[in-house]
Amino acid sequence: MAIPVFRFAPWQPPEPVQASVQQPSAQWRPSLSLIAAGTVALAMLLLVALGPLLWQQDPSQQWLSQISRGPTPALAARVVDGERAARLPISPARRLEVLESNTERVQLRWPAPSGVTRYRLYRADARQPGRGLPLWQGRELSYEDRLQLRRKLYRYTLVDADSGLLLFATETRPEPAISVFEAQLQGLLAVADGPHPNYVMLPAHPLGTDALGRDLLARLMAGGRSSLFVGIVAPLLFIGFGSLFGGLAGYIGGGFDQFAMRLADFVVALPFLLFMILLRIVFGIGPGENGIMPLIVAMLLLSWPSSARLIRGQVLALRSQPFIDSARLSGVGTPRILWRHILPNVLPILLVAFSFAIPQAIFTEAFLSFIGMGVSPPSTSWGAMCNDGIKTLLSQPRQLLWPAAMISIAVLAFNILGDGLRDLTDRRGGGQGH
Amino acid sequence: MLQSVFVAILGALAVTAQAAAVDAQARSISLALATEPPTLHSARATDTIASFVLAHIMEGLLRYDASGELQGGVAERWQLSEQGARFWLRDGARWSDGRAVTADDFVFAWQYALRPDTASQYAFIFYPIKNAQLVNEGKLPPTALGVKAVSARELVVEFEQPCPYFLSLTAFMSYMPLRRDAVEQWGRRYAADADTLLFNGPFVLDKWVHGAELLLRKNSRYWDAASLRIEQIHMPYITADPGAQFNLFRDGQIALANLDTGLLDEAVKRGYEIRHFHSGSLFFLEFNFRPGRITANRSFRKAVQYVLNPDALVNKIIGLPGVLPAYSLFPVTVRGHQKPFREEYPALRIEQNLSVARRYLERARRELGLETFPPLMLLAGDSPRALQEAEYYQYLFKRGLGLDLRIDQQVFKQRLEKMRRGDFDIAAAAWGPDYDDIMTFADLFASWNDNNRGRYNNPEYDRLVKLAQRSGDPLRRFSAMARLQDLVADDVPILPTYENAMLYVQHPKLKGVRRSVFGGDPNFRDAWIEP
Amino acid sequence: MLSFIVRRLLSGVLTIWFIATATFFAMHAVPGDPLTQDKAMSPAVRAQLEARYGLDKPLGEQYQLFLGNMLRGDFGISFTQENRRVNDIIREHFPVSAVLGLAALAIALVGGVAAGSVAAHFRNRWPDRVVMFAVIAAISVPGFVIAGLAQMVIVQLNQLAGTTLLPVAGWGSASHIWVPALVLGLGTMAYLSRLGRASMLEVLSSDYILAARSRGISGGRLFWRHQLRNAVLPVVTELGPSIAAVTTGGFVVELIFAIPGLGRYFVQAVQQLDYTVIMGTTVFYGAFLVLVVVLVDISYGLIDPRIRLTQGRG
Repeated sequence: MAIPVFRFAPWQPPEPVQASVQQPSAQWRPSLSLIAAGTVALAMLLLVALGPLLWQQDPSQQWLSQISRGPTPALAARVVDGERAARLPISPARRLEVLESNTERVQLRWPAPSGVTRYRLYRADARQPGRGLPLWQGRELSYEDRLQLRRKLYRYTLVDADSGLLLFATETRPEPAISVFEAQLQGLLAVADGPHPNYVMLPAHPLGTDALGRDLLARLMAGGRSSLFVGIVAPLLFIGFGSLFGGLAGYIGGGFDQFAMRLADFVVALPFLLFMILLRIVFGIGPGENGIMPLIVAMLLLSWPSSARLIRGQVLALRSQPFIDSARLSGVGTPRILWRHILPNVLPILLVAFSFAIPQAIFTEAFLSFIGMGVSPPSTSWGAMCNDGIKTLLSQPRQLLWPAAMISIAVLAFNILGDGLRDLTDRRGGGQGH
Repeated sequence: MLQSVFVAILGALAVTAQAAAVDAQARSISLALATEPPTLHSARATDTIASFVLAHIMEGLLRYDASGELQGGVAERWQLSEQGARFWLRDGARWSDGRAVTADDFVFAWQYALRPDTASQYAFIFYPIKNAQLVNEGKLPPTALGVKAVSARELVVEFEQPCPYFLSLTAFMSYMPLRRDAVEQWGRRYAADADTLLFNGPFVLDKWVHGAELLLRKNSRYWDAASLRIEQIHMPYITADPGAQFNLFRDGQIALANLDTGLLDEAVKRGYEIRHFHSGSLFFLEFNFRPGRITANRSFRKAVQYVLNPDALVNKIIGLPGVLPAYSLFPVTVRGHQKPFREEYPALRIEQNLSVARRYLERARRELGLETFPPLMLLAGDSPRALQEAEYYQYLFKRGLGLDLRIDQQVFKQRLEKMRRGDFDIAAAAWGPDYDDIMTFADLFASWNDNNRGRYNNPEYDRLVKLAQRSGDPLRRFSAMARLQDLVADDVPILPTYENAMLYVQHPKLKGVRRSVFGGDPNFRDAWIEP
Repeated sequence: MLSFIVRRLLSGVLTIWFIATATFFAMHAVPGDPLTQDKAMSPAVRAQLEARYGLDKPLGEQYQLFLGNMLRGDFGISFTQENRRVNDIIREHFPVSAVLGLAALAIALVGGVAAGSVAAHFRNRWPDRVVMFAVIAAISVPGFVIAGLAQMVIVQLNQLAGTTLLPVAGWGSASHIWVPALVLGLGTMAYLSRLGRASMLEVLSSDYILAARSRGISGGRLFWRHQLRNAVLPVVTELGPSIAAVTTGGFVVELIFAIPGLGRYFVQAVQQLDYTVIMGTTVFYGAFLVLVVVLVDISYGLIDPRIRLTQGRG
């Protein structure tokens, strides 16, 4: 399970053998890919921040009448009374007859050929060969199919269950429909018994819907909020804490330094994923929480040591530099030295570490959500959406591909951004990169 | 061209080919296991995988045949009365080391399973036997158990109370025989490996590589070995990933693969014949009746009942043929007097109705003296389906009733612990039958049952259960159960949601595999391979 | 040198103690225990089970017992695999993970250094861009997607060829190793190729390579003797964590390819709250990691004499 742990690991320069000191220089020439990556990252942030204002569907609204659909336009749906099945006509059937055909139910009946006692009914996509899905087996002469009906041409095949011989086949295309109960639930009909309109309008879904009939576009935007929030806030926190702690350790030195580095060694040695899961369970999710805070806290507790070590190494090297010495000799106070001289020198490295930590954090969140230990519904994240979508990868690939693509693009953008930033700082540092 | 070069390179890399899914010549089949059996000690095993393996390598007094009827196993003849049962063992029944299976082996096995220091979690399944509970609690010595070996081939069982379903119990894995000398010789190592175990079933465990492989071979000393048409069952894959199992099936490596929702369309598209069978288990929402819980209010539960439609859940969300919407405490597989119980006593079906539900909710609010309802906690499992289900309920509660339902998704052990502690308002739970009788479901919500995690306490419910337990008359029993079924629909101690089914694909040449709730699933004892 | 090794090992022991303690208490803080079961248990049975596993004692005492047993190298008996000792589980299944991990590492190392060298050689020209983009793309696709896709590809390939070219899953022969190892090593390969490229670039522009060139050394000799050896150095330092990652990290791969490695037991144990297996595997992995880090430190010193080991890792 730790492949992800590792694969999600950020780029970390190996501990510097000799820390490089950057001489400030004004050579800022961002490459094309850097600009592209920055634009993509910005676009993603804008999408999740402003997108919901433009596409105002509720990401948690479940259209049970439109489960796992591809892109659909707004359409009119017949309102059918879901509970009360149509009464069978008295006249005998002569073949496999379709009495009613809509996406709420397809009602079939057939005559009784002599010698057949048990029937088996199959349903298939009419464009494909084969009998398809076995729906039912029994002795009755009618069947009501309600199983995830779509607006496509179906072929029903009735066979003798004992001999397997084909008896009848027929084709039908159900018309769009919605049950009274669902229409009431969605607020399309008033909650009252009695007569109701025959048709209601269902909204469009530009990217389709997921396995619970929720609008994918709205969910991608809502999910991106959680993913990017974790992806940005968690690294901010653990890099902030790590560099503060590591910087102080490096600057103060002595016993505190020893203690800090020992602690970092310990935390690094903890099996990352096990502790993520353990911490996640220990913290639990309180009422009304979306599960993001425990995730961030767990990441903070486990991820700070790398940046602490990095910054400590830098500070150690800087501390013995002549310009720091001269500053100290000329009576500049410690806070001011840290602020004026140390910080500007480690800032580029911090920025690089940060941009590489973002993809790591996004991936960690995705992985935890993927194994069901991330955000809690009705909140969602790209990882949680992948988790929902992977089960239907073969039949409904879009439910996995959209969120997976979003994760990959975001991670790619931040990785390229990090790469570019590192190249920049390296160049400024005189090509002493790693 | 390029393609064939590529294929040739890969071919050079591939060192060995795997055994095929079915081999008609060698009469061998290959399967994948979802997990490794935690133990094959029949007195201590609890899980379905162990039950599957044990059903092949061991045999109890009775067994299930190809059509699912009880047949003689080690026992040749038997008698059942309200007071007890008597079994005559067949002459030819042998252990894999050649010694005869005797009545003493059963007496030892049952006493062993009940000894407190065995800590068998299925000890309760012996409780119909006289003194079993007291022995299990350590209040009586194991020898006080109401089972005696009259001779090497005759076994007498005394009941605590009438037990019309006792014969089906004797086919259950806990009731299988154990050899005293073997258990004592190997001690804790008993059944930990293939060579620390004795067999009396149609197959022997030939090889057990932990975490990787199990191999069963025909037991030549089995009394009915002549009727077996499978020589070996090979399980070289252990993976719980349904996608991986399906890929193995597609590749012709295994003869049987279970399907889940996401694989169904793909299997249909490839033209496989999809099969399904009712797994006998009931899924339901359990309400918490501990003092101070909103869910203890009947009007509130009625409101939930009127808003939740099992049919929509099954047909729209689960979307698997064979899975049935549940309207009763008793799944359709439960036996009645002559026909299935549900055919004899149809269940009442509540029609979903938003305005009725809202009226009930308003009444509950007044009865509870609440201004508004606080958020409720729904304890749910961590499987994808459990989450989907929970999200559906959450949405339904929000939209239909204006209630906040918070999903507390927990991994297995933590969820059970929270249920035990009563740390929930509503819990999504499931129950699989332990034995082939209606009582395995009926006594679930009796006030004394520890599995009644919501602490439902209704004297009428208890009375009906006791009535059925003490009666040997089937008509009285089942009419009491019919009243129980109505009571569950009326008072809503639980809200049934669906009855589960297993969907699977099977190699077309493999025939006669029995899939069922009881007696180890799947069962290959009577299977054969078409040439 | 010796005192350095001793010091590293001592701090390693301390680290292991810390891991064990943290895991022990974190684990016990989780609600429920390994005895929690589907079906309710009578108090008598529960008491028996608790006594068998020592769960009836106060936590402090359990901790002491655990530490004592750990010092003797005994992690007790698994809760879920009832008759198996944790030591047996580790002994039987770690080698599988190790073989898989080493194969993954070998693939990653060879592939990574090769890709890195190519990229560095063609710096800022199209082969460099292609390689580096492939690398980043490889890190950007979630691992759980790649493993599943790889398996589907094998099935397609086998059907195309009409015979079993590569096994879809399972373990036991050399042919079972290739695909899972490649999938497992892919991330590491991407990572190492970035490292390799960077350090190769550094080496290429360094004075001694220029000096060597000016002395007329070129071609293969320059590459093997001077460039590769120095460029591999930073890659080797990263091998420590990589070894740990690939040997401990194959859970998804082990699950999907039905490989009986330790990673699967580890995750199963966490889900089942199998105390003894969690403790056993965590401490074992911790010890393994510490050992690897020490070994890497030493080998680092051997490859690059400029590093004085007595200085430690700062």
